[in-house]
Amino acid sequence: MSSYIFLFTMFLKIGVFGFGGGLAMLPLIFQTVQAAGFMSAAEFSNLIALSQVTPGPMAVNAATYVGFHYGGISGAAVATFGVAVPSFVIVIVVSAFLSKFHESKVVIGIFTGIRPVTVGLVASAVIVVGETVLWRGGRPSVVPFIIFALSFLLAAKFKVSPIKITILMGVAGALMCS
Amino acid sequence: MKELFRLFAAFFKMGLFTFGGGLAMLPLIQRTVVEDYQWMTEEEMIDCIAVTQAMPGVIAINAATYVGNKRKGFTGALSATLGVILPSFIVIILAVLFLGAIGENRYVDGAFTGIKAASCGLILYSAYKLGKQTINGWLAGILALASFIPVAFFNLNAVFAILCGALIGYIAVVIKSARDKKGEQEGDKKR
Repeated sequence: MSSYIFLFTMFLKIGVFGFGGGLAMLPLIFQTVQAAGFMSAAEFSNLIALSQVTPGPMAVNAATYVGFHYGGISGAAVATFGVAVPSFVIVIVVSAFLSKFHESKVVIGIFTGIRPVTVGLVASAVIVVGETVLWRGGRPSVVPFIIFALSFLLAAKFKVSPIKITILMGVAGALMCS
Repeated sequence: MKELFRLFAAFFKMGLFTFGGGLAMLPLIQRTVVEDYQWMTEEEMIDCIAVTQAMPGVIAINAATYVGNKRKGFTGALSATLGVILPSFIVIILAVLFLGAIGENRYVDGAFTGIKAASCGLILYSAYKLGKQTINGWLAGILALASFIPVAFFNLNAVFAILCGALIGYIAVVIKSARDKKGEQEGDKKR
């Protein structure tokens, strides 16, 4: 029972401090899960890969994945519930005070400070995931590195949709990295 | 009851068909809620998106809670949130079971390597896009770098980075309003 409470509070914390959506939450999720000794960096990057090819919010995917690993379906339910509760409560409370929320200079200031931090966090997510796949023994691995660069280029320059890029590179990986 | 089910079904569908997380879901939510069901007006949707993105938590759940709550109060929020969560929940469990059943397979491992490498590229692009929208001055640029480098390379706690950003944003507002006040007073003296 106490381990379920631990799982719940772990994801509750992620829900409270996760600003800027799934990608910005990634470093937070990784640090929390790693600190608890639930998962290695390699396993975590598997979770990210799985999140890319499955639908739905990244944080819910992560909570379900970690919770399921840890305690089966009930573990998955507990972790998902934990990550959802802060969103749910905060949004209901804030909608009741929406006009005050819009006018408060303090609130606006706080969010103006948090927003650029989330940009830095999304960028660190590249390092968190990249560490396990783009480098091998201190040197860049060639094929993953090309896939990485090509994916960025396809998205930024040619506006190819992320899911198409992901599927394409999954096939490329199966052929060339196996 | 029928309305609750419609909320659940609409958000279930959005949860099932969006890849790439909550931010990617927002345009779809907007279209579904404003155009398809006319649950909210365009202006109400702007408020919804502002709250959804500013508040902590899972963006898709924030949006589902907001829309559901506006429509049908607490039970509406609950139906919409359950709807948006369930597809992820079911699909991830099925995927883990499926991958477990396959076991070690070099093609699956290769595909995962490819997908992970692609994810790095896509996340980098997200950071770039988000940075272009958000970083509008030196303070924002410093804040972004000051969270990126320590979190990425020195394992600084992400919560700490968020709290520092909040504190600095707060101090910036206090300084600015003090300056504005001073400016006003000096303006009064001159007159």
